[in-house]
Amino acid sequence: MLDISVAYNRYKFLGYEFLTWLWFLIQEDPGEIRKADPELLSLDIGNRLVLENRIGESAEVITIKGDDAGLEEGILALKKGAVVTEMNLLYKSGDYEWRFTLKGDGLTMASLRTPDTGKVETKEDLEGAVLEKIYLREKAVNLTDSLFGQFIRLRISREWDKIMVSSIRQWIHSND
Amino acid sequence: MGLLSSSVALMRYKVQGSLKEPMPDTVTEALKQNAFTEIEDEAAEKTVGWTSFQSPFKPEFDGSSFMFGTYIVFSMRIDKKSIPSKLVKKNYTEEAAKKLAETQREYLSRNEKLAIREQVLNALSLRIPAIPSIYDAMWNYEAGMVWFFSTQKAANEEFESLFSRSFKLALIRLFPYTMAQFGCDLSESQRDALNHLSPTRFAE
Repeated sequence: MLDISVAYNRYKFLGYEFLTWLWFLIQEDPGEIRKADPELLSLDIGNRLVLENRIGESAEVITIKGDDAGLEEGILALKKGAVVTEMNLLYKSGDYEWRFTLKGDGLTMASLRTPDTGKVETKEDLEGAVLEKIYLREKAVNLTDSLFGQFIRLRISREWDKIMVSSIRQWIHSND
Repeated sequence: MGLLSSSVALMRYKVQGSLKEPMPDTVTEALKQNAFTEIEDEAAEKTVGWTSFQSPFKPEFDGSSFMFGTYIVFSMRIDKKSIPSKLVKKNYTEEAAKKLAETQREYLSRNEKLAIREQVLNALSLRIPAIPSIYDAMWNYEAGMVWFFSTQKAANEEFESLFSRSFKLALIRLFPYTMAQFGCDLSESQRDALNHLSPTRFAE
């Protein structure tokens, strides 16, 4: 395996491509997302999307914020060669709802909010509360891992270049 | 940000290797040996150590109190003194003026300036209290996974070094490449294909 810091920088494009692919799936092929969670009700772009277009030494950063913000500027940025670097997701499964932001370069999670849990009022409540929080956060982590696994297996297959890249290009340009 | 907070940031790690059995005793020992101790050297800028999740200001690891179900839950405490630069500048200017008056000179040498600055920083360090920060961690020992509840670069670096020093186990940060290597059940040839990937250009 490669040196960790070399691998982090050399392959961070995989995180950006994963988020771009995920946006494409959310809009064009949500059935594919259900493979990652059979109980999935919906997965949508939440209230924040960040794209970055590197041109030589400089970088153009496009940030779209707000619960009902339109994503047209994001599509326009993709057409100009930008990649998705950060994406807030709204995930509904069963009767519950999660919100979290994935950052492309490290695929770290930020602002991870799970469904509400009971208040810890006594020492005896603590263990149950800890286990419940871990379980609920694992749902969001497992969804991310499962989707990323789907992406990686596709990304290293011939299907990526033969089919997926042209499908994503078509999607970007169908929004003209 | 803590494990029970309503909104958290999460850095994930893969742990390589296993602890000496019985595992809870080894964890207790490692946490105790590297537990947070109140700053003894009052001029020290920073102190780092483990503390307990349940009582972060009074570390207590006995009786496997860090076990929650099958998870190991504990916290890292960093006490750091942060001296405002404007305060350093003010005190430095006063001390430098005093020195010039004492020596009846117009200028100070580079070494004199450095010595005054050092002396000012030391004096302020003794007067300024260290600010504590607590970061929770959850270790799923069976799965070999650790969650650290912060994505701050400095906190993660402290955690990685304290964890390796305490448990003598390698901690590998999970990011796209390592997630693919360790979490996607890839075959040898798929791993090789992964190493040869280059960025896709989606724009035409």
